[in-house]
Amino acid sequence: MKRAGDSLLLIFGIIAAWQVFYWLAGDIALTSPADTAAHLWNLLGTARFWGHAAETARAFGFAVVISLAGGVALGVLLGLNRTSGIVSEPILIALYSLPKVTLYPLVLLCFGLGMSAKVAFGAMHGLIPVTIFTMKAILQIKPVLWRTAHAMRLSAHQTALTIALPAVLPEVIAGARLGFSLTLLGVLIGEMFASQRGLGFMIVSAMGLGDIATIMAVAVFLSVFAIAANALLLWLDRAIPR
Amino acid sequence: MSSRIFSREILSREGWIRLAVVVTFTAAFEALCRFGVIPRTVVLPPSDMAASLWHILRTGEYNKDILSTLGNVAASAVISVTLGFALGVLIHALPRLRTTIEPLLASYYAVPTFMFYPVFIVVFGVGSRAIIAIAVLLSVVAMIASTLAGLDRIPRVLRKTAAIYRMSTARRAVLIDFPAAAPHLFTGIKLAFAYAFIGVIASEFILSGQGVGYAIAYAYNNFDNRNMYGLMLLVILLATAANTALDTIDRRMQSRTRRE
Repeated sequence: MKRAGDSLLLIFGIIAAWQVFYWLAGDIALTSPADTAAHLWNLLGTARFWGHAAETARAFGFAVVISLAGGVALGVLLGLNRTSGIVSEPILIALYSLPKVTLYPLVLLCFGLGMSAKVAFGAMHGLIPVTIFTMKAILQIKPVLWRTAHAMRLSAHQTALTIALPAVLPEVIAGARLGFSLTLLGVLIGEMFASQRGLGFMIVSAMGLGDIATIMAVAVFLSVFAIAANALLLWLDRAIPR
Repeated sequence: MSSRIFSREILSREGWIRLAVVVTFTAAFEALCRFGVIPRTVVLPPSDMAASLWHILRTGEYNKDILSTLGNVAASAVISVTLGFALGVLIHALPRLRTTIEPLLASYYAVPTFMFYPVFIVVFGVGSRAIIAIAVLLSVVAMIASTLAGLDRIPRVLRKTAAIYRMSTARRAVLIDFPAAAPHLFTGIKLAFAYAFIGVIASEFILSGQGVGYAIAYAYNNFDNRNMYGLMLLVILLATAANTALDTIDRRMQSRTRRE
């Protein structure tokens, strides 16, 4: 109960800070919390907004499936062998901290404008953290667990299902949480550069028109969605028995 | 002792394999481009990218953009490290504030902060200030979180030792707290730098009038593949070199704390 109170206090604090910032910076810089909420409410009633949102959701859906499935598969593959894990980790970390926006023209030249480029760009952001987390989780399974499985004469199938999976699940979910938010960011940045549809495009076109209210409303909408998804995954992470 | 020597040998063996993997990938890429499997209109062969990068650096054509980007990255990293450290110390000192904003810190990186870049452009105008603002916004929270982690993990025995020596708070902060938290602070610096780099390049790409990100976007729009891939290689090499160097120091510091 106390935690819920804290969260309310935090939300109240953020809105208060926003309002004060609005009073300081004025109308041209940003809209007040109340105006933004009203504008967002209006936007939510238009078909245009939902068209863009559906486009983003579709690209994000594909990208997140590729990131999670591909990342887990790649992580398992690299993590099963100690040497391949140690060899690939620094390479993966270097790829992870690369400003991937730089590679965007390459993605566009390979995939052309449109859906596939957005999906590829989102997957590029999300795939690597999921791979790193999965690989590290598998490498860090305690040897005693493998020996136990061996002593109990479990089959490979049983070992994977009853030993390996529960041991790596928390790490994989932590990776999925990171992969989820980075994929969303990747898809949105992709839409900001080269797309005629989607919420990222909506923000960029509003930026061109100087339409601050729409920028703020869409950004708030995305933030609320991202925080809600993150909270859900955090809850899932805590709900798993260890 | 023997295990350390052993691990160093292993490392060098895996280091060689890693080098071989990277070289093989580059060579295969080069061959695919040279034999026309990947058309030149899509990707240049790596050797051409390197030649283009050499040309760019020799003629100094993009020096202004490169310096502008590096300056912005340095400014953002310095601001986020200083600000993040100060805020971290403040939040650590106020437990009530900390419990309240902990969820914010935990879910901060889930929010696509970058979507607020247009707002900064409206506030600061197109230019370095908007870029630095968004880069700081991206990287400061990593530094706050690392500062909190570092201060949390100061062994209690060190605090007790300080009390036995009757150190003043200032002396304890300088002689005990800061060195004990240093490895975590360094992780924060590493992350802040990586995020600042990403933030600066991405903002330059989306809307700005100068910088490497802008130059790449400009070259892309003008079908100038040579300069585009040369600059791309520059960013990749710079980011990889800086991050690898910081990561190596970070690992050394972490392993030292574990040994002690």
